Amino acid sequence: MLAGFALLAVRAFYLQVVEASYLQNQSDATHLRVIEDDSHRGMILDRNGEPLAISTPVDSVWAHPAELAQARNRWPALTRLLGISGAQLARAIRNSAGLQFMYVDREIAPQTAKAVMALHIPGVALQREYRRYYPAGPVTGQLIGFTNIDDVGQEGAELEYNDWLRAVPGKERVLQDRYGNIVQPVESISLPVPGRNLVLSIDRRIQFLTYRALMATIRKFHAHAASAVVVNVRTGEVLALVNVPSFNPNNRSTLASSLIRDRAVTDEFEPGSMLKPFTIAAALGTGRYQPTTMIDTSPGTIRVGGYTIRDDVDSGTISVAQIIEVSSNVGATKIALSLKPETMWDMFRRAGFGMSTGVGLPGEEPGFVRPYQQWLPSEQATMSFGYGISVTVMQMAQAFAGIANDGMMMPVTILRRDQPVVGRRIMSGTIARELRNMLELVVSSGGTAPGAAVPNYLVAGKTGTAHKLGTDGYRPNSYYASFAGFVPASDPRLAMVVVVNNPRSSEYYGGEVAAPVFSRVMSGALRMLNIPPDNLPHMQRWVAQAPAAGAKGGFIRVVAQNPAAPAGGAP
Amino acid sequence: MNKWQRWHIDRPLFLALCLLSVVGMFVLYSAGGENTPLLIRQALRLALGFAVLVAFAQIRPETLQRWSPYIFAFGLALLLAVLAVGSVRLGARRWLNLGLFRFQPSEIMKLGMPMMLAWFFAREPLPPRGRIVALGGALSLAPILLIAKQPDLGTAALILGSVLAVLFLAGMSWRSIMFVLVLAGMATPLLWTHLHQYQKQRIETLLDPSSDPLGAGYHTIQSMIAVGSGGFFGKGWLNSSQAHLDFLPESSTDFIFAVFAEEFGFLGILMLCSLYLFVLGRSLLIAFYAQDTYARLLAGGLALTFFMYVFVNIGMVSGILPVVGVPLPLISYGGSATVTLMAAFGMLMSIHTHRRIITQ
Repeated sequence: MLAGFALLAVRAFYLQVVEASYLQNQSDATHLRVIEDDSHRGMILDRNGEPLAISTPVDSVWAHPAELAQARNRWPALTRLLGISGAQLARAIRNSAGLQFMYVDREIAPQTAKAVMALHIPGVALQREYRRYYPAGPVTGQLIGFTNIDDVGQEGAELEYNDWLRAVPGKERVLQDRYGNIVQPVESISLPVPGRNLVLSIDRRIQFLTYRALMATIRKFHAHAASAVVVNVRTGEVLALVNVPSFNPNNRSTLASSLIRDRAVTDEFEPGSMLKPFTIAAALGTGRYQPTTMIDTSPGTIRVGGYTIRDDVDSGTISVAQIIEVSSNVGATKIALSLKPETMWDMFRRAGFGMSTGVGLPGEEPGFVRPYQQWLPSEQATMSFGYGISVTVMQMAQAFAGIANDGMMMPVTILRRDQPVVGRRIMSGTIARELRNMLELVVSSGGTAPGAAVPNYLVAGKTGTAHKLGTDGYRPNSYYASFAGFVPASDPRLAMVVVVNNPRSSEYYGGEVAAPVFSRVMSGALRMLNIPPDNLPHMQRWVAQAPAAGAKGGFIRVVAQNPAAPAGGAP
Repeated sequence: MNKWQRWHIDRPLFLALCLLSVVGMFVLYSAGGENTPLLIRQALRLALGFAVLVAFAQIRPETLQRWSPYIFAFGLALLLAVLAVGSVRLGARRWLNLGLFRFQPSEIMKLGMPMMLAWFFAREPLPPRGRIVALGGALSLAPILLIAKQPDLGTAALILGSVLAVLFLAGMSWRSIMFVLVLAGMATPLLWTHLHQYQKQRIETLLDPSSDPLGAGYHTIQSMIAVGSGGFFGKGWLNSSQAHLDFLPESSTDFIFAVFAEEFGFLGILMLCSLYLFVLGRSLLIAFYAQDTYARLLAGGLALTFFMYVFVNIGMVSGILPVVGVPLPLISYGGSATVTLMAAFGMLMSIHTHRRIITQ
């Protein structure tokens, strides 16, 4: 009997002293786990702190495949609760054979997770995860993009600023019971680092307005797509960036990949007449042209290098300002052909065409401007009114904001700017102001875009109606209808570019399709941003400007007399 | 004659049993997940056990001796009844449902068997002749087979052990005992084919627990981990992670020793074993001082039965014996085994305290 007890003591000694460290390791391996401490990805906020992307806690159900495989009789309860089929579960377990971990179902509601744990199925446990939620849904679809199920940014700002937003999970050692429940924390190995919040320059209200206006427009004109960008001209901050049709980032089950593209930065198009102001700016910069310089555009056509360039109507002899107002291709051509290619090219490059804006979104295209050394006269002519050059909506918005900001172009960004940045002068302040006055004419009743007018504000802008390039040349009935402009014209604050891709209705001119979007969005945005009107009725007076010599009569324009806006006034 | 003597209580043994019970309550509190109602139930059972102990201590050994064959016969009858109308739990037919509670007749046999054999051998001069030994062996075979058939191999083995103990104490030569053991060893292959699948598995598991770590080997592996991870000093009371995190099965009943080992370490085991050794030594001393053959055989048989309980349980938990359902005396949660054990200690005390004061 003593021998018996001695045997037991020897055995205990063997287990507890000789084998102790091994068995202690085994013990630790059984119930000590290093878990990743949940810390969530940073929020994406608009400039006013409104959330655009937030992480909400959800639970994922995981299992130890071998243990779950043994508890076969408990499968039906589990599958019923999770809404998956028994065959699916069996396949998942088979595929995970030999592994220590498998997901059973991911991102389920907390109450479902609770019910799953109440089943007490051996080997089944929960993992806290965060699901990304986008409160603005499709309104910020391509702009914000989305993350994948592992919380890694896949598109848009989520992708571009992934490293900033990303959370570094902490590591913690915990005690875990046989069912995989965490019983008690033991020690913290590394603290979780939550992701940082990202504040965008976007104003959610303007974004929403723009989205609504664009949606209405593509519906009304049966357009293929549309994009718009709103920029604060003084800071370069993008206040709205919308592409429609959009997608709902919260439910991507039926997402077509074509919808994900942020067309405003990734798609190049020929701007058409929206480019004319830059041709005119180049001409004014030479000193050989004034806004009042007269150009003969009759008979409304001109042949250059075997091609015929046409205006819609024969405008006769008109001033440079009127070339902008009525958007005369012949006028622009005549001016362009009198300039050195280098002068025009230099203007386009300074305005930012042919290079990325660096706005801070993935997949941005630089557009394309051919080197001036290769320009043929016919190319120089068509480029003057925006063919043979490709730009993005973002570039156009940045360049127009440059005109609006007295020739000082601020680099665009989608991040809120709390520090002023250095801009780039693309034209002299004088030329910019002259251009602005011409662009006001466009929105007058004699211009191409009276529909862009905003009540009580002076609006300056330029329409574009460009044939879309097909596989074999320009397509006759397929257009980009666009409008670029800014308000208030006497002291510009906001610039906006609207491009409607392929409106399929009897109306397809930029002035008819795109300009009303500008009007609708800007009237709301000006009010929201509390920008004082520069064209209230008591400020208006009718000014008859002397008709230019030989032109088809004078034109009437509205001039702001707002003393707070010294930039306003006749050229 | 002091107060203890008047109540026929052997003080050292009684105090040791009390100490064991207190240790048991502490361990059970931890192993049972700090479950107070469980603790209260166990306390009531222990109280009942001590009452039984005191009651049996009052019965004179002569009375016990007289009643021995009847108790044995009664136990045998109950075992037959179990075979006929016993209730099945966990796949084994071990219980008789008495309405108020379920009862395992094999518990009676744990006492009835050594009593019967002691009675049987006390009738003849010692050492017994071969014919008598053979007869005694045959006598004990019936209940052992009945219990083994329930199936309850653990209890059958324990009772077989008590038979061998009494035979040994009756003066059977080592040669004869070895002969029986060799015979049993030779019967093993024959027995193997009659074992249930789970019983075979348990023995295979003993030889290689890692062969099926999540199935049959799970108990053994988890309890070995628990014992081993206690180390020299243990993790401290209420700190058994194996038990508290539910990895250790049956942590408050058959495997409670693993919890004890994990929390109190090698030192704790040495102390607990010393306590058991003391109880055993005191019981053997009682046997040594017993004044007639029956009392000596009975006391010795009971003492050895107690030893086997402890040895088999600890051996099973520490992975040197196959897993059988044997509780750790006075520590494991459970009713009938406690009561049986207390009755045995009551008999021991009776034997010791009813000695004729003036010897020779």
